Amino acid sequence: MKPRWILLLAAAAPLMAAPPVVVRNANVLTVTKGRFVGSILIRDGKIAEAGEKIRTPEGAQVIDASGQYVMPGIIDNHSHIAAESTNEGSVSVSSMVDIRDVLNPEDIAIYRALAGGVTTILTTHGSANAIGGVCSALKMRWGKDAAGLMVDGSAPVLKMALGENPKRRGGATQFGGNITPRYPATRMGVEDVIREAFTEAQAYRQTRRDYEAKLKRGEKAAAPRRDIRLDPLVEVLEGRCLVHVHAYRADETLMMLRLAQEFGFRVHALIHVLEGYKVAKEIAAHNAGATTFSDWWAYKMEAADAIPYNAALMHRKGVLVALNSDSPELMRHLNQEAAKAIKYGGVTEDEALAMITINPARQIGLDQRVGSIEPGKDADLVIYDKHPLSNYAKVQKVLIEGEVYFDRDRDVSQREERESRRKALVEKAKEQQKKAGPPGTRRPS
Amino acid sequence: MRKVALALLASLPLAAGPEDSVLLRGGTVHPVSGPEIPNGAVLVRDGKIVEVGAKVAAPRGVRVVELKGLHLYPGLIDSATEIGLSEIGSVRETTDAYEIGDFNPQLRALIAVNPASEHIPVTRANGITSVMSTPGGGVICGQAALIHLDGWTWQEMGVVASAAMVLRFPIIGAGRSRGFEETPGGRTPFAEARRNYERRLRELDEFFERARRYQKAKAAGPVEKDLKMEAMLPVLEKKLPVVVVAQRERALREALKFAQKHQIRAVLAQADEAWKVAAELKAQNIPVILGPTLRLPLHEDDPYDKPVTQPGELHKAGVKIAFGSFSTSFSRNLPYQAANAVAYGLPYEEGLKAVTLNAAEIWGVGELLGSIQKGKLADLIVTDGDPLETRTQIKQMYIGGRAVDLDNKHLRLYKKYEGRQ
Repeated sequence: MKPRWILLLAAAAPLMAAPPVVVRNANVLTVTKGRFVGSILIRDGKIAEAGEKIRTPEGAQVIDASGQYVMPGIIDNHSHIAAESTNEGSVSVSSMVDIRDVLNPEDIAIYRALAGGVTTILTTHGSANAIGGVCSALKMRWGKDAAGLMVDGSAPVLKMALGENPKRRGGATQFGGNITPRYPATRMGVEDVIREAFTEAQAYRQTRRDYEAKLKRGEKAAAPRRDIRLDPLVEVLEGRCLVHVHAYRADETLMMLRLAQEFGFRVHALIHVLEGYKVAKEIAAHNAGATTFSDWWAYKMEAADAIPYNAALMHRKGVLVALNSDSPELMRHLNQEAAKAIKYGGVTEDEALAMITINPARQIGLDQRVGSIEPGKDADLVIYDKHPLSNYAKVQKVLIEGEVYFDRDRDVSQREERESRRKALVEKAKEQQKKAGPPGTRRPS
Repeated sequence: MRKVALALLASLPLAAGPEDSVLLRGGTVHPVSGPEIPNGAVLVRDGKIVEVGAKVAAPRGVRVVELKGLHLYPGLIDSATEIGLSEIGSVRETTDAYEIGDFNPQLRALIAVNPASEHIPVTRANGITSVMSTPGGGVICGQAALIHLDGWTWQEMGVVASAAMVLRFPIIGAGRSRGFEETPGGRTPFAEARRNYERRLRELDEFFERARRYQKAKAAGPVEKDLKMEAMLPVLEKKLPVVVVAQRERALREALKFAQKHQIRAVLAQADEAWKVAAELKAQNIPVILGPTLRLPLHEDDPYDKPVTQPGELHKAGVKIAFGSFSTSFSRNLPYQAANAVAYGLPYEEGLKAVTLNAAEIWGVGELLGSIQKGKLADLIVTDGDPLETRTQIKQMYIGGRAVDLDNKHLRLYKKYEGRQ
């Protein structure tokens, strides 16, 4: 009788709620509610309590973080990892493509991002064309499948791009003349492409509205053909899809804000926007966010006037500022990038940390769930051995919804075993190759 | 100190004057070569450090700068950058780092250094006083120059006109067309890529042998002057180190064999897998220019922190290391490369040395730069804390004893637009 019970319990275990987790005795940097030395109680993946005195419930998993620092998981709202492809650059308007269709949950960059304290990202379409594809937020749940990376209920985001990148294909010489030039070749053309597309979308929306109105009146009507390229643009016009726009120079940034205003939608984030500091007033007035690099400059012409004071200056002029990586490498130390906003322009520690947590969360519409340590929010946490704004801080543990997804001690202790397994696999592959004969003799068609 | 360095430095005293003499006192002096001196002082005369200690009397007529609460470090040295040779990376007209042709030992980076480059004031504002301005086209790319980030002309900027020959070691599937980075080899079938690689190795070998014959012929009697061969003589005489850019294990092993065969003074650069040949490096006494530490591991199954643990591993194995930014616009972040290595196992003092004294020694100016010691050039930075930490501010800078303006394009644009109502 007894053994059966155990079996039954074991089978039921995954269905039962996970035990509560307590992160104990840490320097807690909440980002939005100040800092304290204390503990965080996690129940069902959510932060239940955070404070100086937290009672540890019976059976709770305890993570002792004495002397360590805990902050909300870092949010990188401009990345291209975990996707099999980035740019559908063959046309200037590719709003029919969706990055969520090409997710790669086995991209090692996910694990490396985790090891850098990142828990949520926006993996986006590239900037090869004026209107790119649709994307949405992901959590770095390494080991889960593509669906397991998605964030339930997160809003879609449409990626657009201005400046050098979308106009690059306009010049044939760039590619030795092998590629047919693609409109646009100038910033004038970029504006036109976007204006044409949204004008089309307005007409399309009207056609559909007319059709629905006819049906309502009980009239007979043929359904208009669905246009999957224009659908996301209609969602933008109706405020159901967020808008992120890659921009560099002040002129194109202003153009985009005016264009959005004209069509009645909001730009939720200007990406890069390295000259944002020149038009901070206009960006703030539009209530657009800015997600920028800490200190990149001079790698291309439109980055010639980029300054590392951009983040601090925009922030002081009332813009909601985030720092992003756009790089699987840089995303591993966004905490150090945030420190640059203190160095260049003198924002406070909390303001700097907000730029890699709550601010990027707002720009992707997830600030009710992530981006700060507050009761009710997802228990996405990073534990550092030192203050995260120090270059000497190392990530020790990363939790997503209360589950430990990265543990430095575990990673280090498993290295030897992983290496011997790798070597065994290499040997096995060599054996098989020997049996199969030289490469090139068999070719599948 | 080598003759080349002396030749250039001979012009320094000419420029020296009262503005090159100063007494810096009251701060914590971090000489790098020895223990820190709290409430220490450094006396600079005619551009050189003449006294370092807890108590230094102020000579009459010498300006005194009080550094209460501040710290004094030697200026930082970036051991690999294209500063001076490249302005906007993607705009060909603004870059002079990559010449056409595979064998160009006669090219001199120094004479192409643009003293008006915006990168110079921007980079030095973060504490970097000297850089190795490094060319990167072809196989033998030319001569790198060790320059001060201050001066009206490239001549004034030059510390060592020719500090190293640059050799980008051939690799299979040589997608690396220029600069420091390897790129995937494109669509060339492996067999063809391998043939190309072997041909390039052979050509490189033959080039060195040709230089050797030229050297012998010249010793035997008059020869028709060949500029490429002339430029190779200091390499063959082991007077000039050779920066060998080699990233992966295979290239590193080949490069080590090559260095031994041709008896060159190799300095490895961009050696991401140097940890795999650490024992050989130690045995052959070959230093490594590391960096960037802030990069991705080479292989998917490498430990996620390999680039930051490698510096500590190499140091432990007895290999001398220095850091390079391998970039222009990120040169100012050089100290953070060291900090990240320190976080993952490199002793702090070694991290600091890797951006100061080690670099000076590798480039043959250990008697001149890299630490706060009597007799050295007064390349100094005044900080409000640890220069390897991002949040630390550089308060003052002296290059050759002269106070350097820390203003730069970024600061100017910041101030201008801060004022926009």
